[in-house]
Amino acid sequence: MLGRLGLDAFKHGFVVMGGVATMLAAILVVVGALFYFKRWKWLWNNWLTSLDPKKIGIMYILVATIMLLRGGADALMLRTQQAVSVGSNNGFLSADHFQQIFSAHGTLMIFFVAMGFIFGLLNLIVPLQIGSRDVAFPFLNSLSFWLYAAGVALVSLSLAVGEFSAAGWLAYPPLSGIAYSPGVGVDYWIWSLQIAGLGSLLSGVNFLVTIIKMRAPGMTLMKMPIFVWTALGSMVLVIFAFPILTATLTMLSLDRTLGMHFFTSDFGGNPMMYINLIWAWGHPEVYILILPAFGVFSEVVATFSRKRLFGYKSMVYAIAAITFLSFTVWLHHFFTMGAGADVNAFFGIMTAVIAVPTGVKVFNWLFTMYRGRIRITNSIRWFLGFVVTFTLGGVMGVLMSVPAIDFQAHNSLFLVAHFHTMIIGGVLFGYFAAFNYWFPKFAGFKLNERLGRYSFWCWLVGFLLAFTPLYILGIMGATRRLNHYDASLGWQWLFIVAAVGVVVIGLGVAFQLLQIGYSIFKRHENRVGSDPWDGRTLEWATPTPIPVYNFAIIPTVTERDAFWESKRSPVAPAKVRYEDIWMPKNSGAGIIIAGFAFVLGFAIIWHIWWLAVIGLIGAITTGIIRTNNEDSEYLIPAAEVERIETEARAKRELYA
Amino acid sequence: MSNHQHASLESEAGLGSYTAYTTGFILSLILTIGAYLAVTENLLSGNILVTAVIGLAILQLFVQMFFFLHLGRESKPRWNLVAFIFMVMVVFIVVIGSLWIMNNLDYHNHLTPSEQDSYMHTRNNEGF
Repeated sequence: MLGRLGLDAFKHGFVVMGGVATMLAAILVVVGALFYFKRWKWLWNNWLTSLDPKKIGIMYILVATIMLLRGGADALMLRTQQAVSVGSNNGFLSADHFQQIFSAHGTLMIFFVAMGFIFGLLNLIVPLQIGSRDVAFPFLNSLSFWLYAAGVALVSLSLAVGEFSAAGWLAYPPLSGIAYSPGVGVDYWIWSLQIAGLGSLLSGVNFLVTIIKMRAPGMTLMKMPIFVWTALGSMVLVIFAFPILTATLTMLSLDRTLGMHFFTSDFGGNPMMYINLIWAWGHPEVYILILPAFGVFSEVVATFSRKRLFGYKSMVYAIAAITFLSFTVWLHHFFTMGAGADVNAFFGIMTAVIAVPTGVKVFNWLFTMYRGRIRITNSIRWFLGFVVTFTLGGVMGVLMSVPAIDFQAHNSLFLVAHFHTMIIGGVLFGYFAAFNYWFPKFAGFKLNERLGRYSFWCWLVGFLLAFTPLYILGIMGATRRLNHYDASLGWQWLFIVAAVGVVVIGLGVAFQLLQIGYSIFKRHENRVGSDPWDGRTLEWATPTPIPVYNFAIIPTVTERDAFWESKRSPVAPAKVRYEDIWMPKNSGAGIIIAGFAFVLGFAIIWHIWWLAVIGLIGAITTGIIRTNNEDSEYLIPAAEVERIETEARAKRELYA
Repeated sequence: MSNHQHASLESEAGLGSYTAYTTGFILSLILTIGAYLAVTENLLSGNILVTAVIGLAILQLFVQMFFFLHLGRESKPRWNLVAFIFMVMVVFIVVIGSLWIMNNLDYHNHLTPSEQDSYMHTRNNEGF
């Protein structure tokens, strides 16, 4: 009746119990507050069922932030263990638990933090920057978010019910096969990724179509803001790479659940094929993450240097080149798997080549700053920190693209330090820059600069403290995923420095949370108008708060940096005539389908087949009912639009 | 989005006529039956048979692309065509790349595939 699910699933050690208690306490506080303030209906109507990309974007960022905190707590545990677990001391984590933590850390940070931030940012910014009222498929957008949330829920549930995968964030077979991982951990990993991955794929289609079909009149491809270009490249990669992940995970789950032999080492299966396929997705994935961050920096640098972006065309070609080349380098993740010199040399050269368009971009940003009137704000601070760390990490990457050197660095902490430099110093810094930059557009007030500055310096110093020792340790021969090592190796002081670094980063996170809290508290003193940074692109042309329809009148674009140009040569405002606007109605179908998908995933993990059938039928039926709903839009009459716009204009003059 | 926009999106996609769909349907039927008969009736044999069946499959692909997915009949800009070409390139890179990599992995151990298979089998029984 309940498959593999029994009372054993709820028995855990102290550390996990602490995590479960924290999670339950947080849920209880939120639920209690909703009851106490009677906000359930408000939550359902204004947020959970909303099809407004601005709200969906904020929900993405909220969930991703929570996951960032959990992934960060994992990192703190890992480094603390490594700092103390020397010689006769075995630390506070068992080997199996340590493995679960590093698997969870990687999975959370890539799939549920970085991907969540990307889609949040795309939801908030892309429709505004292309002068559109909505995305191409508003309902699909909500469904994507809720599938992502269902993945998050499954991954979080693994903490309390059962266990998580202990096979690393990419679950290489044969370790992740049923023979060596008989528990539910790997299944949790597979199904949370499958469900969230479906959401990512749908989002990819949605934003690609949005960018291609819904740009404002006159905005040709070469007049799009660079952020939109990077979003386009990133979404193309999502569409072509995620099916590979889905197929690979499907084959792994067939091996595990139905006893097939795609990736087993017997009966004709081949585990090396899994490694080949997972990286055919995995390498494009890192560019899916980094491209939008490049776009953010392009916007930030141009705005705060008060200059046009240097080398717009070369930037576009660089994005296109990266998009294509990212499909041709995947073997560099497994140079040591046994391929001969021809194969390794080809992929090594391709890896070195992909650094060229990336280098072009760095120089373009620096030339944009050259002779610009730079305003040092927190966004530009994150950019400057990024240039230093990203260049450092990039050079290490090119170093490792040489197969002979990779044979030394493979699976060492040197490699770990490299990809953390790219993903923290590249991706995460990019999203923090974006957060500081676009926050006032959506909130109506600026974030506190001083606290932001403190958090930036904590992050940068903490980052260098945490990862420079790892480069050194890697060269000294420390492999990744060590939960214990011998005292005679003399590594401990470096691990202690790294752990201190993680604590300093934690301080940076605390300052960020404080920054947000304090800014909300002081919001009346920090109110700003619709264009606080003297922006260049169309999102700053909308009033703040942004009306649900974004643009009352769709702008006509004639130049790059359309809003900047319109500010330079203002046209006397003619008497505008507002039109009726059709907008999508709220829909609860997204959250319901994702709920059924969650049930389906949970049931398959625990082999509760009747429940799996219910989940599958429920999801499909809800989907069919939704597609037959013809009454999915509502009308905002012209008079109402005029009222909102007049109010917004009065407000704008107040803060001008 | 208003109904007007819906209509324009549909016409842009270049939905085919009744005749086009029928032609496509009949052509794909002929190609399928052709491949079927070539095998069951022993019309061809050996490598020629394999080549013929693959050839018919590729023709089938183009028939379906043209008549059912309306590739090459959209007005400019030809996004469907661009997406299709990119897809072909990516599939080509991943498939050919994987074959190249996977067939090269025994480069250093000089075992025949069957020797390697039995080696892996032993390793698997003994545990890694």
